[in-house]
Formats: sequence, structure tokens, C-alpha cells
Amino acid sequence: MNSTDFILAASESVNPLLPNPWEILVTGVGFAVLLFIVIKVIAPKFEQSYEDRVTAIEGGLEKAEAAQKEAEETLALYKAQLLEARTEANRIREEARSEGAQILADLKTKATDEATRITEQSHRQIEAERVAALTSLRTDVGVLATELASKVVDEALKDDARAQRVVDQFLTDLEAQQNAGASN
Amino acid sequence: MFAFALPMASEEGGFIPPSVSDTHLPEIFPWFAEYGTGFGKQMVMIVLSIVLITWFFTKAIKNPKLVPSKTQYLAESGYAFVRNGIGRDIIGEKNFRPWIPLLFATFFFVLLNNLFGAIPFLQIPSFSHAGSAYAMAIIIYGTWIAVGLKNHGIRYFKLAVVPSGVPGWIMPLMIPLEIISNFIVRPMTHSLRLMATMLSGHIIVMLAAAGARHLIVVQDSLAMNGLGVLVILGSVAMYFLELLIMVLQAFVFTLLTAIYLQGAIEADAH
Repeated sequence: MNSTDFILAASESVNPLLPNPWEILVTGVGFAVLLFIVIKVIAPKFEQSYEDRVTAIEGGLEKAEAAQKEAEETLALYKAQLLEARTEANRIREEARSEGAQILADLKTKATDEATRITEQSHRQIEAERVAALTSLRTDVGVLATELASKVVDEALKDDARAQRVVDQFLTDLEAQQNAGASN
Repeated sequence: MFAFALPMASEEGGFIPPSVSDTHLPEIFPWFAEYGTGFGKQMVMIVLSIVLITWFFTKAIKNPKLVPSKTQYLAESGYAFVRNGIGRDIIGEKNFRPWIPLLFATFFFVLLNNLFGAIPFLQIPSFSHAGSAYAMAIIIYGTWIAVGLKNHGIRYFKLAVVPSGVPGWIMPLMIPLEIISNFIVRPMTHSLRLMATMLSGHIIVMLAAAGARHLIVVQDSLAMNGLGVLVILGSVAMYFLELLIMVLQAFVFTLLTAIYLQGAIEADAH
């Protein structure tokens, strides 16, 4: 094919609007083939890939939401537990304080009782000793009196009349004392 | 062979600009020629585009990962652009799913074939040939009419041509206009818009190449040679403009497809 052919072709002046039927055929069939491939293979795969991605992203979001919710629940639980523990601690502290006070009061009462008891015991002992002393004193006084009496009697025998009176008196007293002791 | 398809006719002195005829390239199988211009480079590119689209997208999504690889991400972005940016936004959340494959195939088929015009040696947008653009427009024309008939029965034609909320006396004017605009002009504009923009872009490339070659090789004057270099520099800017138009036209073609489908699905809504 040389340049002369082109000149000839150019001079014939082809109308660009007139189609070459073979081009219509090739384009039409070619596009039909392409469309078939796209419908059967390409479009479904792209749609599938798109769907998969949507599912994955939505799934991921849901998972994240669930995790967050769980975390919040755990946090709330921990907070509640902490509060409970604090209340418990306070309660125990209060209890210990009141218990301590109770113990102290008990001890005080006990000590007071003990002191009272000891005091009473002392009193009783003193009383007993006083009684004992009184008893022994009375015995001693009798002996001394008798001794004194015998001395007095010894002396008084020299003065008859007075001695007589003393002896009488003494006897009377003794008698009265004996009566009182008997009635006692 | 293809790269030399630009005209070599200027040796005799005068500059002969390349014409539309030069977009019809020599046949690979000349025995088809009796039906037209035969099975040529343009058809090879159509087939090549189908192979490339299938290869790229099946490979990209072969092992889909949740965290995509670069290839997968690129392919998914492209898919999502057509699916959501064109399909869902135009046709609507309720009805767009069955039309994703059609829109997807249309967009990438047109896009890749347009971009062929920007690739050296291929260097011709497949849709600068009217036949291919017509084929696509016919397929989509048939599709949306079928959708309208399937959704609304024969009443669809009434819905499509009788505008609602228009006073009765204007109907004799409106109905013929609607018939012409919806059923005659629509597929023509749909295909010719694509074909014309691609063809004009291609002619600009040919003109720039032929002109620059003429100025540099044939002309003796240094100033003319320098001008040829300027033409080449200018054609670089044109190249990027063409690149933009190629993507834009693929988008527009697919967008209109979606709009026509939406109109057919919800013919009773307006």
C-alpha cells in the first residue's frame, strides 16, 4: 500500500456518519460478550466483596460495642463492690468502737464492784476484829475487875461498913448483870 | 503499518490536510472488504478492550481481601464509581441493582476504547468510527424501550410521549415533539456525541502530526521548521485535553444510559 492509494482514498471523501456494518457487528457482539462476562463473573464478585466488607465492618463495630458495654458493666460492678466494701469497713469500725466502749464500761463496772467488794470485806473484817476485841476486852475486864475487886476487897476489909456496902453493891450489880445476860 | 497510515501526500509541495477517510485504516483481513472497509485495526482494538477489561477486573477481584491490595482497590474504586456515582444516584436506591453490570460494562468499554486514542501505535479511539457508536446506542436504545414496555406495558409509549401537567391545547404540539426527541433524536445524539468528539480529537491529532511533519520535513525555511516544533508542543496540550474529553465522554455516555433507563423504569413518575 503506497501513498498514492491514500490520496485516492482521500479524494473519494468518506462520509463519517456512514457506518461500516462489520464495525457494528463486532462492537455489538463484543459488547454482548463483555456484558455477559460482567453479569456472570465480575459484578457478582465485586458485590460479594462489598457485602463481605460491610459485614466485617458492622461485625467489628458490634463487637467493639459489646466489649465497651461489658467494660462498663464491669466498672459499675467494681464500683458497687468498692462502695459495699467501704460501707462494710465503716460498719466494722463502728462496731469495734462501740464494742471497745462496751468493754471499757464493763471493766469499769467490774473494777467498781471489786472495789466495793474489797471495801465491804474490809469493813466486815474490821467489824469482826472489833467484836473479837470487844469479847476479849470483856473477858480481860472481868479478870481485871475481879483482880481489882479482890484488891479493893482486900483493902476494904479494914473498913467494915464501907466494905460491906461495896460488896453488896457489887453483888447487886453482878446479879443484875447476870439477869440481863440470862434474858439476853 | 498502522503508524504510517498518516498521509504522505505532501511531497509535491502543497500541504494536503488529512481527511476523515484517513481514519479508515487498511484492513487486516482484506477479504472482508467487499462488505465495507473490512476487519481492521479498529475492530482488533474493540476485541482487545474486551480482553483487557475482563483480564484486569477478574484478576483484581480474584482473591478479594478485606483490606484490598492496590489493584483491588483501584478496581473496586472504578466499580464503586459506576455503581454508586452513576447507577445509584441516577436510577435510585430501589431499582439500580439489576443495571449495575450494564452500566459498568458500558462505562469501561467506552472508556478503554476512547483511551486507546491516547496510546501510541493504537492511537485511534474506537468510537471515532460511527459503526461502533451506533452499535452501542442501538443496544441501549433497545434496552430502555424494552424496560419501559416490561414495566408499564404498551401504556409506556403514552407515558413517554404525553407529558403530564400540560394544558390540553398544547398537546398537538408537545406529542410530536416528544416522539421526535425521545425516540428519534435521542439514540442519534447519544451515539453521535461520542463519535463526533472522538473523531474530532483524532483528526486534531492527525492534523497536528501531518502539519508538523510538513513544516519540519518539507519546508526549507528555518522559521517554518521552528513553527513545526511549536505545533508539536501545542499538540501535547491538545493531547491532555483529548485525554480529559475521552474520560468525560465515557462518563457522559454512561450517565445518559442511566438517565434513559431511569426514565423508562419510572415513566409514570413524571
